Amino acid sequence: MSQIPVLIPTILLLTALIALLVGLKNARAGHAVSLLGMVIALLLSLGGLRALLMGGGEPLRYAMGNWLPPIGIEFVLDHLAAYMTVLISFLGMLVLVFAPRAMARETPGREGLAWPAMVLLVAGLNGMCLTGDVFNLYVFLEIAALSAYALLAIGDRAAPVASLRYLLVGAVAGGFYLIGVAFLYFSTGTLNMADLHARLPELIENRAILSGAVFIILGLAIKMALFPFHFWLPDVYTKAPSAVVGIVAPVMTKVSAYAIIRLFLDVFPPGFFTDILPMASTIGWMSAGGILFGSILAVSQQDYRRMLAYSSVGQVAYVGIGIGMANPVGMIGGLLHILNHALMKACLFLVGGAIRYRTGRTQIPDFAGLGKTMPWTMAAFVVGALAMVGIPPTAGFFSKWYLLLGALEAGNLWWFGVIMISSLLTAIYFFRVVETLYRDPAPDAAQVEGGVGGGEAPASMLIPILILGGGILVAGLMNVVIVNALLQRVVAPMAG
Amino acid sequence: MASSIPFSEYSLVLIVLLLVIGLYGMMVKQNYMKKIIGMTIFQTAIYLLYVQGAAKAGATIPVRSVAFGTDAASYINPLPQVIVLTAIVVGVATTGVALSLMLQIQRRYGTLEEPEVLNQMRDSA
Repeated sequence: MSQIPVLIPTILLLTALIALLVGLKNARAGHAVSLLGMVIALLLSLGGLRALLMGGGEPLRYAMGNWLPPIGIEFVLDHLAAYMTVLISFLGMLVLVFAPRAMARETPGREGLAWPAMVLLVAGLNGMCLTGDVFNLYVFLEIAALSAYALLAIGDRAAPVASLRYLLVGAVAGGFYLIGVAFLYFSTGTLNMADLHARLPELIENRAILSGAVFIILGLAIKMALFPFHFWLPDVYTKAPSAVVGIVAPVMTKVSAYAIIRLFLDVFPPGFFTDILPMASTIGWMSAGGILFGSILAVSQQDYRRMLAYSSVGQVAYVGIGIGMANPVGMIGGLLHILNHALMKACLFLVGGAIRYRTGRTQIPDFAGLGKTMPWTMAAFVVGALAMVGIPPTAGFFSKWYLLLGALEAGNLWWFGVIMISSLLTAIYFFRVVETLYRDPAPDAAQVEGGVGGGEAPASMLIPILILGGGILVAGLMNVVIVNALLQRVVAPMAG
Repeated sequence: MASSIPFSEYSLVLIVLLLVIGLYGMMVKQNYMKKIIGMTIFQTAIYLLYVQGAAKAGATIPVRSVAFGTDAASYINPLPQVIVLTAIVVGVATTGVALSLMLQIQRRYGTLEEPEVLNQMRDSA
């Protein structure tokens, strides 16, 4: 029994509490405490990853209160969980470094309460990935969701409206998940994922199991903003503070996608979602619709954040289409895209935050000339944009490559075509921005007020952006290592 | 013939009814307060789904008693009730956050009617 799986969420929960108490008196000290907690969480997840790889791939397990599963709640750090927690903790830490200046500029006076909520969000997301119990997953899902609602409401005048609408949708999604868990529990008598996996094969034709699976997937699909359940997402991402979107947009929808992948691979018997309940292809077609819809709408946006929001609708659907292919190669593509897209989107949203900090601008036509005044930030932006389009050797190329191979293996040329067309559309909407950035501003351009002025982004913003920009390249070059060491093991249940 | 439907199916009908009423309130009502009330009804229906699943005729609360002996069949399953307790806590927290967001909307827009709020948002944009 290893302590690491349970320590990651527990330390973060404790950090949130201390940061709240400290932050009420002194926001700066609250930020320091939060950052310390995030660093510890990152080190623990890296330690967990190392122990996992050194230990021959045997998952690290921890039984809560020494109640052994299936009776007690179990925390499991396996290859998939290690992959996700390292990503979430890493992004959480970078965004927390970035956040103070952006928050002080956009929403002064609210920071003291924002840091604990941010830590709580990361704790919830990490917990979702580490738990081995389907009801515990619901609790962590709600912890993450509630802190996200609070954080997203900090932004503009309209932010509480967007956040409340998200809350109502999220409550329905969580409710559907809970109904599905009830069906599973009353049919099998267990909530433990491994135990469910052992008991489900003999109940595979049971109607309660089938409807339970539909409810759970439906709930998670709404949380994941899978087309046509994406309607809540663009407003939320546009109105919220840049730093908050910088952590919510890259990981929140992906962790719901993770939950679907976990159910596919490790809870329901192999073939359940393809042969008995055609859920995989349903998700695949919904994703194909989402990819086209998100990319087309992104092309027509003038607001940088709104463009990225629609682009997120399209990009999270890449993960969905990888699930839909229901073959190991496609699934690897989807999993790799979780990492790649998280890095790219975090990078792009933080660049948007830095631009807003310096100039107060959010509309793409106003970005002219920034290539000269903020050269390093814009270099990171270009790397992120190239990765979104999928140009080698950036990370975005490799996940699309696996997805295209997966589509061929699944024999679905429509999906192959959708991925190709979407890459073209992505190129259109990003090169439009790049072109504006390196153009001289029109001499009669209207002055936009609200920024602090000056040139390059300050160090506390620039360093996270550059690390993310570099991370995109590293993740691209290291993709073979990631796939061989982690993802091949994750998709092993599919190979049979 | 009338008694051929077991008791639990009646309760399931009631639960489905509550679920639908809650969803109707959340989707059709234009007032944010009414939407939140709908959300609460929806969540309550889910709690009832768990509680009715744990119900057992002729069994007692899961505290060992001399009269009922050690036979597990004479005690109801405590786990669904623990789940409901946790879910209620989550539900209360959700309602709390929703109410505080609603308060912010009331302060900033002076109304809780969604069409009016959206109109004001469009005018200011």
